[in-house]
Amino acid sequence: MTGQFVRLAETERPEIGFTLDGMKLTALAGDTVLTAVLMQRRAVRRSEFGDGPRAGFCLMGACQDCWIGDVDGRRFRACSTLVTDGMALVTLP
Amino acid sequence: MTPDIVIVGGGLVGCSAALHLARAGRRPLLLEVGRIGAAASGVNFGGVRVQGRALFELPLALRSRAIWDNLVDIVGTDCEYRRSGHLRLAKTPADLDAVAAYAEKVRPAGLDLEVIDGAEIRRRHPAFNATLAGATWSAGDGQANPRLAGPAFARAARAAGAEIRDNAKVVAIEPVAAGFAVATADGQRVTVPQVINSAGAWAPDLAASLGDAAPGRAIYPNMVVTEPLPPLISCSLGTYGNGVYLRQVERGNVVFGMGRGRLAAPDRAVPSAETSLAAMAEAAWLLPRLAHAHVIRTWTGIEGELADGQPVIGPSPRHQGLFHAFGLSGHGFQLAPAIGAVLAELATAGSSPTPLDGFSITRFTAG
Amino acid sequence: MTAVIIVGAGPAGMAAALTLVEAGLRPIVVDEAQRAGGQIFRRPPPGFTRPPAALYGADAAAATRLHLAFDALGDRIDYRPQTLVWAVEPDAVHLQGPQGRVRLDRGPLLLATGATDRLLPVDGWTKPGVFSLGGSQVALKAQGVAIGRRVAFCGTGPLLYLVAYQYAKAGAEVAAVLDTSAFGDGIRALPLLAADPAKLARGIYYLGWLRAHGVPVHHGVRPLTVHGESVTGLTWRDAGRRLNETRCDALALGFGLRSETQLADLAGVPFRFDPIRRQYLPDIDQDGRAPAGAVYLAGDGAAVRGAAAAETAGRLAALALAADLGRPVDTAARDALRGRMARFERFARGLDAAFPFPVDLLDTATDDTLLCRCEAVTVGTMRHAVGELGAEDVNRAKAFVRPGMGRCQGRMCGLATSELHARLRGLPPDQAGRLRGQAPVKPVPLA
Ligand SMILES: Cc1cc2nc3c(=O)[nH]c(=O)nc-3n(C[C@H](O)[C@H](O)[C@H](O)COP(=O)(O)OP(=O)(O)OC[C@H]3O[C@@H](n4cnc5c(N)ncnc54)[C@H](O)[C@@H]3O)c2cc1C
Ligand SMILES: Cc1cc2nc3c(=O)[nH]c(=O)nc-3n(C[C@H](O)[C@H](O)[C@H](O)COP(=O)(O)OP(=O)(O)OC[C@H]3O[C@@H](n4cnc5c(N)ncnc54)[C@H](O)[C@@H]3O)c2cc1C
Ligand code: FES
Repeated sequence: MTGQFVRLAETERPEIGFTLDGMKLTALAGDTVLTAVLMQRRAVRRSEFGDGPRAGFCLMGACQDCWIGDVDGRRFRACSTLVTDGMALVTLP
Repeated sequence: MTPDIVIVGGGLVGCSAALHLARAGRRPLLLEVGRIGAAASGVNFGGVRVQGRALFELPLALRSRAIWDNLVDIVGTDCEYRRSGHLRLAKTPADLDAVAAYAEKVRPAGLDLEVIDGAEIRRRHPAFNATLAGATWSAGDGQANPRLAGPAFARAARAAGAEIRDNAKVVAIEPVAAGFAVATADGQRVTVPQVINSAGAWAPDLAASLGDAAPGRAIYPNMVVTEPLPPLISCSLGTYGNGVYLRQVERGNVVFGMGRGRLAAPDRAVPSAETSLAAMAEAAWLLPRLAHAHVIRTWTGIEGELADGQPVIGPSPRHQGLFHAFGLSGHGFQLAPAIGAVLAELATAGSSPTPLDGFSITRFTAG
Repeated sequence: MTAVIIVGAGPAGMAAALTLVEAGLRPIVVDEAQRAGGQIFRRPPPGFTRPPAALYGADAAAATRLHLAFDALGDRIDYRPQTLVWAVEPDAVHLQGPQGRVRLDRGPLLLATGATDRLLPVDGWTKPGVFSLGGSQVALKAQGVAIGRRVAFCGTGPLLYLVAYQYAKAGAEVAAVLDTSAFGDGIRALPLLAADPAKLARGIYYLGWLRAHGVPVHHGVRPLTVHGESVTGLTWRDAGRRLNETRCDALALGFGLRSETQLADLAGVPFRFDPIRRQYLPDIDQDGRAPAGAVYLAGDGAAVRGAAAAETAGRLAALALAADLGRPVDTAARDALRGRMARFERFARGLDAAFPFPVDLLDTATDDTLLCRCEAVTVGTMRHAVGELGAEDVNRAKAFVRPGMGRCQGRMCGLATSELHARLRGLPPDQAGRLRGQAPVKPVPLA
């Protein structure tokens, strides 16, 4: 599966591991969760109201279209949260 | 068309009165200072519950339930009313005794409540806090979308011939030989034989201006709503005492209330952050799975509460042709449809088949 | 005395903090971002290595100067990054951040909350691969990524050309720049734009550069439909009303900027309609002072005028605040700042004339087009709310059918909803009213 985002710069950062819905993936230290996910996928969530997948929109914490969760049940904005080593993400709801 | 009755206040009470009057062949003119159904009637919690009400309120509340159950036939749309049932939770054994005693008391009046103990709560509602002592379950209660209700009644009333005017503030009601001269802020004056005072939190002042005093104050119930969440609970619920009340709308948002907001400026109530935080903690206690959810909005509204916590509904003791319906004290959304029907009966036939003992304004002056 | 609270650490908030410290005060600076800088001078997370020139281009010197000066403030300010101001009450300001929930006594309040993209709905704009224009810039600046392999830029405003240029320079394939404004709009706005010749020259340079590098640039465009499950292309009409399709796997969409005004609303600041920016804005005096409540506004959050103006406005508002607290103020410096603000305003008006908000898109939008992303409210539903349900203003439309009622509180759809409401009733946009801000201004965790 190819992702939505493409790296153009800052590719020398250390690699870190995380999981998304149980699948093992890698990101670079300093990636937001949104970057980490959209490097691999084209969406981060589905609209609650049945109109399809969403992949965030504003990247600045305004549109609230990038909510994602982790295995502990926490929920956060993917664009405003840095991915950390070992993070276990789950798409919502 | 010249009106034969003026309704002051376009909340759900006034709109329902307009609808019932128009259908009874009367020519009501409803005057609303702001937008129709946008005050307490448009911002309330949306709880449509009979359980928990005073015994003398039950006939009126049960009449209202029948209207809610047939809303589509009556106003052409369901206002998202769902007969989802209502749980009244007891946190302690003493609270459970109290709600169970209430269930006993109201059974003869036609309100059927099931008493459930802690174990049964845990079985039916595994998501709830496991320490609850029990509850009473009212299968016939429900919930609705308050934002839709007033305007829906107003549309139906208009279709039935009522005249409904928004942005029209009543500034004076003056008793005259032919009834009442009602003056609005834009300088218009209309004289009608009858007037209904359904001006919500502002109604006591209007009543007092005509010599009908009822002691009370304004209250600002504080409301909180979460982001849309997967289905968690289908019924509406409240907590015995002054605890949290909560429901999940079909789209997934969990709405809850507890405590009071505050007044920021005359006629401008705002929610209180401290109150919201306390309500959030209480909601998380009740439904631990809510802990990770996010709150997206808080709000409040302005509602009138009378000294004894019960409404005034009925004729003025002083002025023939004047009727009051106010002081609904935080639970008038459920009652409003029937109050409108009753007001129409009082204004048209002089009496209502629904017993109104206990609602008379004279209780504040007599004795 | 209760401490001054500055909200926002963009150019306006940073400049305000510097000015207040010079006046002998120790403000609390609350900012939601990880690092100070705001939108234009946003800093990537630690570990990123591109130099300021690569990040901020022509603004690199200004960015570095402000970053260094702000960082050097150290504990002369009480700086709280990664912290959201979620409520403002008559006597308190409520924060949510690394320290959890904190209540501050409300002292004088300087709001420098910035702006976000101004948007209009386009059929398919919620599909994965469509990002806001500002967001596309954030991706590149703060993360070193492009929003796709082959990116189309559609909308209007100076940012359209700037971001397309930055993408192309960084090595992304720019499929097209599709400007909704007509070429003539820019020409007619030249007298106003001449207020800032350097900026004007830069804008012309980006356009020329893109053309010279073979990027198709079109004016007078009307976007129609975003294709694909995730973006595969965009159909649009050109100025001659001919249908075109641009193949792309990402679309950057934005029609200028809108002020972030929720906190001013909660603080009780009155609003007035700005017919140029087509938005209700806080009603403040020339220095940024609100009529009551010790509230001051500066930067894009008061009115969009760009970074240099934001910095100037931050200083000016801070001087007003200091003066109101009885601190001596250099009136000559203040007058000079006022003079600069007048020029910035002239230029901003020029930009608005050069890049008009193409609200006619709402007239031709299909009923199925999503208007409110959060609540999935369509344009057709909104038409129903106004037509059949008789929604008298935007708050009524919100009450009836929910646009603006979701997580973002109308940041994305609010202006479009107002414009649509007004157009359906044949009235000017101020007649639609404005969506009221409500606490929490962004979602906060329940527990
Ligand atoms: C936040 C909140 C939560 C609540 N939750 C519930 C609940 O869950 N269940 C329940 O049953 N009840 C609830 N209530 C109570 C319920 O909303 C009210 O009792 C009910 O809506 C009252 O209806 P009304 O028509 O009397 O008043 P309102 O809806 O307040 O209408 C009165 C109208 O009169 C108008 N008016 C006032 N003065 C004038 C004037 N001079 N001229 C013209 N017009 C005037 C006002 O603008 C207003 O529109 C709640 C109330 C609030 C505020
Ligand atoms: C995405 C984007 C890209 C832009 N790029 C350019 C560009 O390249 N060139 C250019 O000239 N102009 C650009 N602009 C315009 C730019 O906004 C201004 O030039 C300048 O950044 C405005 O400065 P400011 O201080 O007013 O606000 P901002 O820089 O936007 O700063 C506002 C700060 O307030 C914080 N904030 C807001 N609300 C809260 C809250 N409730 N609690 C806590 N913190 C809060 C935000 O997180 C932010 O850090 C851009 C604007 C946007 C939105
Ligand atoms: S992408 Fe808009 S809030 Fe995250």
